[in-house]
Amino acid sequence: MAEPFLIGDAMTGGYGAGPDILHGCTIAVERGEIAVIVGPNGAGKSTAMKAVFGMLDVRQGAVRLDGDDITALTPQARVQQGMGFVPQVANIFTSMTVEENLEMGAFIRTDDISDTMEQVFTLFPILREKRAQAAGELSGGQRQQVAVGRALMTQPKLLMLDEPTAGVSPIVMDELFDRIIEVARTGISILMVEQNARQALEIADKGYVLVQGRNAHTGTGKELLADPDVRRSFLGG
Amino acid sequence: MDFLNGIVALANFVLIPAVAYGSQLALGALGVTLIYGILRFSNFAHGDTMAMGTMFAVLVTWGLQAMGVGLGPFPTALLAIPFGIAGAAALVLLTDKYVYSFYRAQKAKPVILVIVSMGVMFIYNGLTRIVIGPDDQRFADGERFVISAREFREITGLAEGLALRTSQVITVITAVVVVAALFWFLNKTRTGKSMRAFSDNEDLALLSGINPERVVLVTWLIVATLATVAGVLYGLDKSFKPFTYFQLLLPIFAAAIVGGLGNPLGAIAGGFVIAFSEVGITYAWKKVLTYFMPPALEPEGLVQILSTEYKFAVSFVILVIVLLFRPTGLFRGKAL
Repeated sequence: MAEPFLIGDAMTGGYGAGPDILHGCTIAVERGEIAVIVGPNGAGKSTAMKAVFGMLDVRQGAVRLDGDDITALTPQARVQQGMGFVPQVANIFTSMTVEENLEMGAFIRTDDISDTMEQVFTLFPILREKRAQAAGELSGGQRQQVAVGRALMTQPKLLMLDEPTAGVSPIVMDELFDRIIEVARTGISILMVEQNARQALEIADKGYVLVQGRNAHTGTGKELLADPDVRRSFLGG
Repeated sequence: MDFLNGIVALANFVLIPAVAYGSQLALGALGVTLIYGILRFSNFAHGDTMAMGTMFAVLVTWGLQAMGVGLGPFPTALLAIPFGIAGAAALVLLTDKYVYSFYRAQKAKPVILVIVSMGVMFIYNGLTRIVIGPDDQRFADGERFVISAREFREITGLAEGLALRTSQVITVITAVVVVAALFWFLNKTRTGKSMRAFSDNEDLALLSGINPERVVLVTWLIVATLATVAGVLYGLDKSFKPFTYFQLLLPIFAAAIVGGLGNPLGAIAGGFVIAFSEVGITYAWKKVLTYFMPPALEPEGLVQILSTEYKFAVSFVILVIVLLFRPTGLFRGKAL
């Protein structure tokens, strides 16, 4: 079997000099697919994603992007390699306009960014309308669109989303998921941590259920939704 | 006639001096607020950075004067400002390299950096005194007045005179130009926007590939420029005395905090709030009031709320009031 586009292979690690939070945890995404990490509170979902992005020490195991070992790279260097990351909180520049947020997202690019900005505006039409408004004045759902748009500005090959639907209404959540599917259709791989396990697994090509920093269940979204064990433990029956 | 005389007296003794002083404070407060927004500490060495920059400019001014180079009616010091800026820039960059960057690398808490900046303040303080001495230095030359009180009286025939000093006009014009350039830079250029982004959300700025060292470098260059310009303008308007510049720290900080720390627009507004309060509260209003009030109500005392020796109390009181009732300042800055 060919190696996935991105793989965090048997990662063990934690923050700083602290104890290990991840124990041999493996997360992988195929090109153009959506992978979702779910699990109970404190299972290390966000930690697993941050490990993939280089925000904590991976003491054992490796992270490989497109076959290259990137375990030693800083998050900034990973952005250069084509990874985009949307943090869960503080993921926009609140005092800057929507357009400036997108410009800052493309800071590392030296070529013309107007096409990419146009794509983002096409994907999120509301942002075009509010382009001159300070991002901090937008609603929760609109802020998340700015955050995703900002990350898309580097034209990443892989987009990582840390609980993109945290704190937004169910309607907005559905809409965000639709947009995320659209992004994946353009060939961008998506790795996402989600609280709303059921909805997230419905759109997932691949799902990872983590428990205490370990892989508990892995499968396609449908398999996991159908798995009685997973249903009983995480999806409320 | 009384009414006109009253207006003229008001302009002469309150409005014009306060506008000039406010411009100087605004430039100083902009430097403080930029450091706070981007390097995330209150820079107590700012007053002495102004003193150092001004000192370089004064030394170059004297050199130019000795060589017979001048600007005619304008003060020679204007020619020396770029040299002063270069000196101040070299100074703050060296300080950053050998002092602040060490603490940045350790991710030191802001309060530690504040104390570090106090140490830097004392060093600058001493350096200025070693090089130029603690005394008052005059370096203004050129035409002293755009219009003097006597000329004004002769032209208008009013009893009150209105003196407009060259230094006041230059202060206001320079401040407008510098502030306009700064806002253009912050809002329209890539580097300026990256500075705002860094100030807004450091982690996300790093994720976006903004180079923090470059942001810090550009910030220091701008701060050196603002400090030197503010210092030279203040020196031209009054005189250059190192201790006075150290004392300016209070009104400058008050201005930055009143406006909202980290908010450039607030720094400017704060500068004028402080300047107008200080001049207004320490001015003896008797003269102006006499023109506006019927003779029967003429005030007996000087109607001076505080004597000028207490002018720093004004900044301090405003600071306390703002921190009590609106800790983020008038323009939604960051809370202390």
